[in-house]
Amino acid sequence: MAGPASQYDVLIIGAGLSGLAAGIRLAHYEKRVAILERHTTIGGLNSFYQLRGRRHDVGLHAVTNFRPPTLKPLGPLAKLLRQLRISWDEFDLAPQCGSRVVMPGASLRFTNDFDRLQSDVAERFPDQIDGFKQLDAAAMSADTFDESREFQPSRERVRSLITNPLLEDLLFAPVLFYGSPTPHDCDWRQFAILWRALYREGFGRPRDGVKPILKTLTKRYKALGGDLWLRHGVQAIRSNGGKTVGVTLDDGTEIDAPHILSSAGLPQTAAMAGDAADLPTDPGPLSFVESISVLDRPASELGYDDTVTFYSTRDPRAGDRFRYANPEDPCDLTSGIACSPDNYQYFEASGGPHDEGCLRLTVLANPEYWANLEPDVYTREKARWHAAALDAGRDFDVLPDVTGAQASHVLDTDVFTPKTITRFTGHPNGAVYGSATKIRDGRTGLDGLHVIGTDQGYLGIVGAMLSGVSIANRLLT
Amino acid sequence: MTRPEIRGVILDILENIAPDEDLTDLNDSDPFREQMELDSMDFLDIVMELRKRYRVQIPEEDYPNLNTMNGTVDYLEPKLADTPV
Repeated sequence: MAGPASQYDVLIIGAGLSGLAAGIRLAHYEKRVAILERHTTIGGLNSFYQLRGRRHDVGLHAVTNFRPPTLKPLGPLAKLLRQLRISWDEFDLAPQCGSRVVMPGASLRFTNDFDRLQSDVAERFPDQIDGFKQLDAAAMSADTFDESREFQPSRERVRSLITNPLLEDLLFAPVLFYGSPTPHDCDWRQFAILWRALYREGFGRPRDGVKPILKTLTKRYKALGGDLWLRHGVQAIRSNGGKTVGVTLDDGTEIDAPHILSSAGLPQTAAMAGDAADLPTDPGPLSFVESISVLDRPASELGYDDTVTFYSTRDPRAGDRFRYANPEDPCDLTSGIACSPDNYQYFEASGGPHDEGCLRLTVLANPEYWANLEPDVYTREKARWHAAALDAGRDFDVLPDVTGAQASHVLDTDVFTPKTITRFTGHPNGAVYGSATKIRDGRTGLDGLHVIGTDQGYLGIVGAMLSGVSIANRLLT
Repeated sequence: MTRPEIRGVILDILENIAPDEDLTDLNDSDPFREQMELDSMDFLDIVMELRKRYRVQIPEEDYPNLNTMNGTVDYLEPKLADTPV
């Protein structure tokens, strides 16, 4: 086939996890569907790339919601896989070794066994354990499918149960870092989703990263007859009398379809569809600089054993609280997320442990600063802040000394910034968690135009896929 | 389709939707939901699979008929009488 057909039942903008999952559901139920992707590859915010002979994941630290289908009640990932007719084993998820959140005065371990976290809290914060249990109960019973658009703050709810600021910050840091588009806080529904995803269910990862997940989804979608068109950017969503009728591609080609699912984010969807879509256009303020250090041996041999480490060097006991906000500096060196894809219990059948090691470090960054640098300054600043962030993590005793004593073990380095994220995903500000406003029901001002993906308000790669599936199901029933 | 054939079709759909469930001891007169984990999304999938495979339209008000295997077979028998497996 030389190009897309002139007409489909449904068009999906973006070949990320939400678009692919939606496409599978629609194609399975015999809709004529095409995914249109501007970029040259699939994956969106969770893609992968090749650099100097090695493959790196763009965003994946861990697949959250690790709860195998042998455990009842089923977790969201097992439910999602049912909907996609994909077996649990196809994603080849190996369980994590164990993660930590570290701040001056305390650290908490969390594994895929919730009791571990609960016993850490009981031991270190004995006067808070009852509140912790109540918070767990509240998060487990929250209605995460409530579709109202109003922001429901989490801080006050948490503070009514957790009165120790250090414990409050320790529990908030992973939740905010792994999904909040809102400075300092997070919508209560998202808090509950993340609580379950991170603390209750835990982390897993395929040995070879996000690529096998994306390949599995793409293969399934195509086998069902779905069309996937890379290098086919959409410049406009066309509508007539309040109803979508199709899209115009970057090259001017028109494709007709009564239903369009956009995973492009709210500002970009608004730009394509015009005022009639009636969508908020705030791009979301929060972005990150992330570095990847390739090591000549597994990270554990350099002393890094955690799967993921969330840390903040600020001391809440002295009133210096964990800060989750857009920094004034190019990067916020007082906190970060370190992780190593080495620290999972990979199955021998999948190839066992990695030969080379990898250490990733992610810190909050100032998108405006990174967007406006001259090319040579940009390169220099990336190197400078990357090293400074690693040093800060080392000085806080959470990272090995890969810029100093152990630098000879670093084989290669790559750093990406908010500018990189914008270039490859189209998200303004490099806003990885999208707009602060979420459209939970997926509806827009136009009949037939639906929002999926990050800006529908589910989180992580499991949330992205669930978003696509839930909106696709609405079209099917 | 005969009643046993319809039952086979439903089992095939259930296996397809929920491959992680063991259906060997399924009791035909007890509700599916008491014997396996089946949420509303899964339930809709049964309805949609029947529509896809045999073009049977099942209106929402008839969904309660599909709570058990016996109820489902009773409900589908006249609708699938002339449909080959």
